[in-house]
Amino acid sequence: MDFSDSPQEAAFREEVRTWIGAHAPTYLDEHLSISGFGSTKTGDFDPIIEAKKWQKQKADAGWACIQWPADYGGRGATPIESVIWNQEEGHYGKLSGTFIIGQGMCAPTLMAYASEEHKKRYLPKLASGEEIWCQLFSEPHGGSDLAGLRTKAEKDGDEWVVNGQKIWTSGAHYSDYGILITRTDPDVAKHRGLTMFFLDMRSEGVDIRPIKQANGDSGFNEVYFDSVRIPDHQRLGEVGDGWRVALTTLMNERLAIGGGIATGFPEIKALVDEVRLSSGTAINDRAVRSKLADWYAKSAGLKNTGSRAISQLSKGEIPGPENSIGKLVAGGMMQDIAKFALDIQGLAGLIDDPELARSQARMQAMLMRSPAVRIEGGTDQILRNIISERVLGLPEDMRADKGLPFNQIPTGS
Amino acid sequence: MNFDFSEDHRVIQDQIRRFLTDKSPLTRFRDVLEERDRYAEDVWHGLAAMGIQGTAVDEAYGGVGLGYLPLCLAAQSLGEQLSPVPFSSSIYLAAEAISRFGSDAQKTSYLTRLASGELIGTLAVVESFDEPSPQGLACAHQASQVSGTKLLVPHGQFADIAIVLAAGADGPDMVIVDLVGVERTPVSVVDPTIAAASLTFDGASAELLGAGGEGWTQLQTVYDRAAVLFAFEQIGGAERALNMAVNYAKDRYAFGRPIGSFQALKHMMADMYVALKLAESNAYYAAWALENNATDLSLAAATARVSATQAFQLCARDNIQVHGGMGFTWEFDCHLYYRRSNYLTLALGGLTVWEDKLINALPSAA
Repeated sequence: MDFSDSPQEAAFREEVRTWIGAHAPTYLDEHLSISGFGSTKTGDFDPIIEAKKWQKQKADAGWACIQWPADYGGRGATPIESVIWNQEEGHYGKLSGTFIIGQGMCAPTLMAYASEEHKKRYLPKLASGEEIWCQLFSEPHGGSDLAGLRTKAEKDGDEWVVNGQKIWTSGAHYSDYGILITRTDPDVAKHRGLTMFFLDMRSEGVDIRPIKQANGDSGFNEVYFDSVRIPDHQRLGEVGDGWRVALTTLMNERLAIGGGIATGFPEIKALVDEVRLSSGTAINDRAVRSKLADWYAKSAGLKNTGSRAISQLSKGEIPGPENSIGKLVAGGMMQDIAKFALDIQGLAGLIDDPELARSQARMQAMLMRSPAVRIEGGTDQILRNIISERVLGLPEDMRADKGLPFNQIPTGS
Repeated sequence: MNFDFSEDHRVIQDQIRRFLTDKSPLTRFRDVLEERDRYAEDVWHGLAAMGIQGTAVDEAYGGVGLGYLPLCLAAQSLGEQLSPVPFSSSIYLAAEAISRFGSDAQKTSYLTRLASGELIGTLAVVESFDEPSPQGLACAHQASQVSGTKLLVPHGQFADIAIVLAAGADGPDMVIVDLVGVERTPVSVVDPTIAAASLTFDGASAELLGAGGEGWTQLQTVYDRAAVLFAFEQIGGAERALNMAVNYAKDRYAFGRPIGSFQALKHMMADMYVALKLAESNAYYAAWALENNATDLSLAAATARVSATQAFQLCARDNIQVHGGMGFTWEFDCHLYYRRSNYLTLALGGLTVWEDKLINALPSAA
């Protein structure tokens, strides 16, 4: 066990640090240092343009998606080198939020299931940020019960014709491509009639409409498919094997989201150092310290759990479903922290004007964004099911649709 | 960087685990609980024969000199089996205090015998129901003698020596006291396997340990280091309590199905698992910090301690809940974990004390 750098690791860190020192967009420091909770702040600069600029600069110098094979735009780095890169990239890494779905979830799926020709065509541009990808999974009738999705794809010659609707698609409005799961056979059990594709988001018949969220932002979209044609060579995996392909994506989703997730700890620590209660500065109140200690222990626990997953990767082991704990812990914690941050400020805690509120109203933003963290990419309840069934081996809950052909499952609508 | 224990350390752990599974099943805890035994003496000697007490003690003083990483894994195994042996008091506390602050002569005299398991040591701090403080010590040390009463001393019923905190001329002193002839009164506690006693000293011979007046500071150092080892006992116990709940929930049927298929119960067990996993990861980091005397040892120790306390408390408590009424019987083992979890929580001061220490240890910019 060794939490410090080996000489080779230290040399690698130095190389990374030197390159970042010479090239990072320091003009964004002021904004990036206070970014978080689902929105990257870049001040007067356009966040997508800035993200693409930094990503391209990294790619040109060989620092994009460094764990990927060199043929696909990476440099074949080890998991530990990737950790070192992330530590050194610091808050500039927040710019990569735009690419996380494409690089963290779509890319592993392409690597596992796309043809060599497609991999060479699409992965390097995904790595360099020139092309952005999204993930078209959730539907109005298939969220937690993802395999209950209804968007259908029908074979027509060498093409498939897609009709239906997706929802909660992050970044669909600025994405170039997407991976899409569809129902190709409604006569078999729900998990068995699915097929995965990727498509050009500018295909005819694709209609993208932003969703206005409860917090007023619009990061998610509804995507409608009206006889959209997809060539068969853009199919990922076998016909009817879409569920297995989707699991590849979802497993990587939990790693991508759970790994470097924000918890709100540094923000709440800064706030309690500042806010005064009748008993004195909040940090000196024993009840406040108790909550803060709990949150620190949780955030350290997530960080150290992440480190252990890296060690598994280094040994060639695949981190398993136990990594579902990251988002489960962080999501609830962000919401608790935000509520507590408002609570210790009394009625003034309601103020969400960044010019007026403490911490540039970040706590109020976290309050309003955190409910989504507990839902997106697997609800708290689905994650607990995964942990209890796939880690602890507890039996499945009784399912009313078990073994039924999809088109005979009761729907209620 | 490598964030896991090495294969060598895992081999040592397997060896200890096999020994304890064989010789220290939960019935040994019951033997003490039901007053058939004072402690599992054969287990203690068996561990000594394997050199476990001396794992982290220097070879110069009769130890094995393997450092703290294997000792952490030994602690985890002892926690798994709830072994009724005075290991925590003798090794994490007494031996640790002497190896940190003892003179060469003291180490030769005491540490060697603690490392071999020949002597059993303990730490005597608590005098009342109030939070201990450096100013509040009634036990007094002067002219190499100590007088006064320690209210609650774990393993005080049979320990051979105690590290005693007592008021000296320049503030709190830490002293070594031979307990032969010291008045011991057994005290009934929630976890009777810790063989608690109150000790009354009436001019007992005392040897100063470390520097005069530095006893309180020395105590914090010992506590920080012991906290890591206690955390490993806690995660060992937490994991077993969780396994017990999971196994019962798979086998027990109600409403025509295994109770483990109900989300109300499986989500409870998922939360137990989450608490355990966080605690385990924090304990791993703290083990490294302990072995390397890292600059953030105090923070790492407090973090591991807070997480491990939360995890064992939760797992021991909800293991009973998963078992329903049977969990509240004397016959089922749930209460053994529940009892031990409360001793391990309070051994070095309770959760709120460690939460406070954690915040004190945070770097100001964190």
